[in-house]
Amino acid sequence: QQEGLDDGPDFLSEEDRGPRAVSVDLQTDATLQVDISDALSERDKVKFTVHTKSTLPNFKQSEFSVVRQHEEFIWLHDSFVENEDYAGYIIPPAPPRPDFDASREKLQKLGEGEGSMTKEEFTKMKQELEAEYLAIFKKTVAMHEVFLCRVAAHPILRKDLNFHVFLEYNQDLSVRGKNKKEKLEDFFKNVVKSADGVLVAGVKDVDDFFEHEKTFLLEYHNRVKDASAKSDRMIRSHKNAADDINRMASSLYALGTLDSTDLCKFFLKVSELFEKTRKIEARVAADEDLKLADLLKYYLRESQAAKDLLYRRSRALLDYENANKALDKARAKNRDVLQADTSQQLCCRKFDKISESAKQELIDFKTRRVAAFRKNLVELAELELKHAKVGTLSVTLSVSLLMTSSSPPPLLSLSCRGTCSCCRVVWVS
Amino acid sequence: MAATARDPMANHSDFQEVENAEDLFPELTGGPREEADSSGERSNGPKLDFDDDADDLFAEATEEVSLDSPERDVLLSDGPSPAITPVTPPTSVLTPRLAHAHDDMFTHSSFDELEEEESSEASAVAVSVSDPEKVGEGMNAYMAYKVTTKAPPSSALFRLPEFSVRRRFSDFLGLHGKLASKYMHAGYIVPPAPEKSIVGMTKVKVGKEDPSSNEFVEKRRLALERYLMRTVQHPVLLKDPDLVQFLESSELPRAINTQALSGAGLLRMVNKAADAVNKMTIKMNESDAWFEEKQQHFENLDAQLRKVHASVESLVCHRKELSQNTAQFAKSAAMLGNSEDHTALSRALSQLAEVEEKMEQQYQQQANADFFLLAELLGDYVRLLAAVKGVFEQRVKAWQKWQDTQLLLQRKREAEVKLHFSNKPDKLQQAKDDIKEEIEELEGKVQQGERDFEHISRVIRREVSRFEKERVKDFKILVTNYLEALALTQQQLIKYWEAFLPEAKAIS
Repeated sequence: QQEGLDDGPDFLSEEDRGPRAVSVDLQTDATLQVDISDALSERDKVKFTVHTKSTLPNFKQSEFSVVRQHEEFIWLHDSFVENEDYAGYIIPPAPPRPDFDASREKLQKLGEGEGSMTKEEFTKMKQELEAEYLAIFKKTVAMHEVFLCRVAAHPILRKDLNFHVFLEYNQDLSVRGKNKKEKLEDFFKNVVKSADGVLVAGVKDVDDFFEHEKTFLLEYHNRVKDASAKSDRMIRSHKNAADDINRMASSLYALGTLDSTDLCKFFLKVSELFEKTRKIEARVAADEDLKLADLLKYYLRESQAAKDLLYRRSRALLDYENANKALDKARAKNRDVLQADTSQQLCCRKFDKISESAKQELIDFKTRRVAAFRKNLVELAELELKHAKVGTLSVTLSVSLLMTSSSPPPLLSLSCRGTCSCCRVVWVS
Repeated sequence: MAATARDPMANHSDFQEVENAEDLFPELTGGPREEADSSGERSNGPKLDFDDDADDLFAEATEEVSLDSPERDVLLSDGPSPAITPVTPPTSVLTPRLAHAHDDMFTHSSFDELEEEESSEASAVAVSVSDPEKVGEGMNAYMAYKVTTKAPPSSALFRLPEFSVRRRFSDFLGLHGKLASKYMHAGYIVPPAPEKSIVGMTKVKVGKEDPSSNEFVEKRRLALERYLMRTVQHPVLLKDPDLVQFLESSELPRAINTQALSGAGLLRMVNKAADAVNKMTIKMNESDAWFEEKQQHFENLDAQLRKVHASVESLVCHRKELSQNTAQFAKSAAMLGNSEDHTALSRALSQLAEVEEKMEQQYQQQANADFFLLAELLGDYVRLLAAVKGVFEQRVKAWQKWQDTQLLLQRKREAEVKLHFSNKPDKLQQAKDDIKEEIEELEGKVQQGERDFEHISRVIRREVSRFEKERVKDFKILVTNYLEALALTQQQLIKYWEAFLPEAKAIS
């Protein structure tokens, strides 16, 4: 039983309410506004409160809220993917499953090791782990919200019936997670799809725009994947370094409290300094995580969704070409011509429909992407600057503090090595 | 290779120079040292030195590379002789300065005039270790360092105000061995020498000029410099003829006893083990609360310092990792920028990649600062504390000796009394005289034991207070240097991000 986490209080502070466009810059318009106003973390699930404000006539009220869990989001996403009518759109990527396992494990280990550390150390570590937990929590809320906002902003998807049910139906949707059989089916479907994807990718497109997009997306997707992985590693190292500084600060504090000599007072000051340094490093790592790593992760998923769109289009193209060939054959043999003709017309219409919307979708994707990167990179730079400035200030302050505490002030010469002029030693017999 | 004798200014000067490296029966200096310390210099015959075989040939061949001044770190040598491979230290190493603060005022308490003189002399002497050079090839190679001493002419310790010699690592170890065996038992805290490292040296010997072996050499050079500085700043040690000889004489008898597997090395190990056992079995009645308190204090200090040291080493490791990962991310971001087809965004991403590359260098520098400024110095202090503890143990030994002698005296006195009351008139007079002699001798020894004990207690008190002051100084300087390096890093970061921000804003 972890205190403070189960059935915890409202984790979202006031400032976090309102539409949070973490990675996506969206036009929110008054006809349909969706956000996650609250969230609750329970032992093995998270409950999101989805809040809707709408002027559309489809809804019974103009403002209402329901509680949804992660599986219901997945259900909604899958229903889009499986809907043939939406084949020509980039389906907003599903939010990742909330994963608190690592954080929970750490908290558990801390609880077990409570006896072996001092009270201060324990409280400090507990606070940090709780902050980490909170950060992961906020992130998962943001991811789920972004998904809903994207759907709400899409001119076609926002009208989807399942979406309206999702938003409005205030009972449990009874969407169970996929059982083993279904998961296995999914797995095979994916295998088939990727094999097919390879086949389909070989189809040369007459349309320059799509040909270019195909090559571009493939390369872009791979590079985003790489950048995302590397940024994760970088941020993890950063967090590790911050943890080390934390430990140093604790040990120095312990040294400082050993007795009240000059040296110990000095150690206390140094311990404070390292504590400050650590906070800054931890914030820098957290901001990099939020503005850079999350951005890359999101666009990894979106670029995959765009690739899926292209795949569907290529598939439709192939089907169309095959249908053409079948029609020619049927005409030549003069057998089942009507059937072949109908099928060919269907394929043609499907392909045209997809192509039309796909073009716009891909253009929108680029606009969104550029806007999101701009926003996040600017914010990242501003935050890094802020932290560096605070860091410089605190360090120079500490240096002056350290120097004024001693009597007499030592003269430091960083540049003259080899010359030595030291204090006279005081000898006490 | 006869070493020149020093003037008799030192008060521990009854030792004979070693004439020939093969003749290994150096006399030990005076003073009760039956229980020789772990670095005792007893050995019984010539020892094989696998890393010093070709030493004699190359000793003469070492050319001193000309440098402008001892302050130069980077080695520039034109046309080294074939036996010598100069070593360039890693360029991004932040060389820490053991600069000591000027202090023109010092408070007087009651102290000896002589000691004040000694301390002022000590503070004026500066030693630096520089120009590491690899001498020889293959497994017989070794690193030679240039040791430069600067002393004001007023201190009549050295012939010249400034001079240098070339020394190798085993010379330093030999010096420490001699100093420790002479002074530790009297209660002086002898600064410990840097540790041997077989792995590190083997890499250097094998001849790979890679950054890690350069780093190792640089690390060692700095450690040797710190070691010498600490040693010369000890007013008593400074006057020691062995130290003076080490600093001054151009030729030094090879210290063969520093080999780990030599006879002397084994003896050291045995002694260490014996000491450990003794520590457990001797229970001293501590009459002086000061000692008990200080001992406890040092135990706690030791435990905590080790913890800090461990965290700092972990930090260094993670910072290096961070640096590597940042470099990889930078490359990845550059690739991403390349494939991005929106021009402004593409440019911004490339700029981001550049910023991250610069950050990588900053992290690398920071890791070096962490290492050289913090980790190494903390490591030094952990070893120094071990020396302090050793000195306390010496005092306990002295006490034990005194007690043992006292016990012996008591027994002899009992024997004398018994003799008085025995009825063997013929042996009586002789035996009585013998016993009287022995008793007198023992009484003398007991008094000496007591004096020794008190002496060592006094010396330890002085040493400890000096040690504590040195510590405060050292740590203050260390932390301030570290902070200044940190401030520099932060300022650089500001520059980089300020340059990047407009690029990011320019994306449209």
